[in-house]
Amino acid sequence: MTDRPLKVLIAKPGLDGHDRGAKVLARGLRDEGFEVVYTGLRQTPDMIVTAALQEDVDVVGLSILSGAHMTLVPKVCAQLMDRGLDDVLVTVGGIIPDDDVPALREAGVAQVFGPGTTIREVADFIRANAKPRE
Amino acid sequence: MADAPEDRATALADAARAGDRRALARLLTAVENRTAIAEHALRRLYPLAGAAHLVGSTGPPGAGKSTLVAALIAELRRLGRTAAVVAVDPSSPITGGALLGDRVRMQAYAADDGVFIRSMASRGHAGGLASTSTAAAAVLDAAGFEVVLLETVGTGQSEVEVAAAADTTVVLEAPEMGDEVQAIKAGLLEVADLVVVNKGDRPGAQRTAAQLRAMLVPSVARSDVDPARPAPKRPEVLVTTASTGQGIPELLVALDRHRTAGGDGATTAARRARAAAQVRALLVERLG
Repeated sequence: MTDRPLKVLIAKPGLDGHDRGAKVLARGLRDEGFEVVYTGLRQTPDMIVTAALQEDVDVVGLSILSGAHMTLVPKVCAQLMDRGLDDVLVTVGGIIPDDDVPALREAGVAQVFGPGTTIREVADFIRANAKPRE
Repeated sequence: MADAPEDRATALADAARAGDRRALARLLTAVENRTAIAEHALRRLYPLAGAAHLVGSTGPPGAGKSTLVAALIAELRRLGRTAAVVAVDPSSPITGGALLGDRVRMQAYAADDGVFIRSMASRGHAGGLASTSTAAAAVLDAAGFEVVLLETVGTGQSEVEVAAAADTTVVLEAPEMGDEVQAIKAGLLEVADLVVVNKGDRPGAQRTAAQLRAMLVPSVARSDVDPARPAPKRPEVLVTTASTGQGIPELLVALDRHRTAGGDGATTAARRARAAAQVRALLVERLG
């Protein structure tokens, strides 16, 4: 089943209104051949996890520029685990200080993408790391 | 993992019927990917489907299909009725990728187990739905949702496939969609059970509705043609403003009326005809 497109949820948690990056990434991943679900601004962790569950995505990409990542990202990761979505790859993009990266990884984030990351790097990472489904 | 597909399919189908949303989502993925599990599960679930009201929503891009579906969910939930959505967006003919953006309008129901929303990419299928959308709707039907809303990609004039999948087909138009000649062209408007002029707060909405009402008159029925031929419809024309909810209760009443009146789409004969059309489409796809 390797020929089916991987499904990626791009979500913006919290009260951060800057969605240009998320939209550029969503569009870029579309062009890389992924099926991208975009859910819009100001999502609660609950909304994001519900969308991930109903859409049965392979990847959840969280975009955060507000500085609230240490609060929101672990909540999303914990809820994904709670609801049985332990095989979903979680990535984070945005303004994330290097010092915070180990804690986010500890929470369950596979990769943190900072400014200057190319679409291709994200796409290659997803292809290499998303866990295959049947 | 080592289980036979039959056993996995049975387990998933039964869990989905029992309210396990994760199993339901997994099953829909299997249906989309046409796996062996999906075949077995559908064999089990198809006979259990048929209780839900399948409502198709179609119309040009930007007419407000997703917003209308979201408004209908709100109204259904207000009345304590459950709702599932299959929302289709187009796949890229170049890369195979897709941007599925219909959920943006349907965000209010994260904690509500009475709502289930699933986006699908059309994956190269041209009729306005994905080739697996009707099967996905059947799964949601069998899972117990009272209303299943099928939202097509933004359509032009001739993507009428949704009418073969839904009990009631709603065709959306935006104000100023054209003149009377547009309204008498063959195609999409012919398969409408209800026509909705959305964005009713914009200038021209009432005039557009009046033009549609004037032109969507059925031709005179003839006794000398095959009685099995679908009869011309005279769709009701409603005006809504989905973004504010204006006109949505009336739309739901019209949908219910179409169903309970055994309107064109809801009779057993019509269901059987649609099933035949679906089987034909599947055969064409597999043999073609």
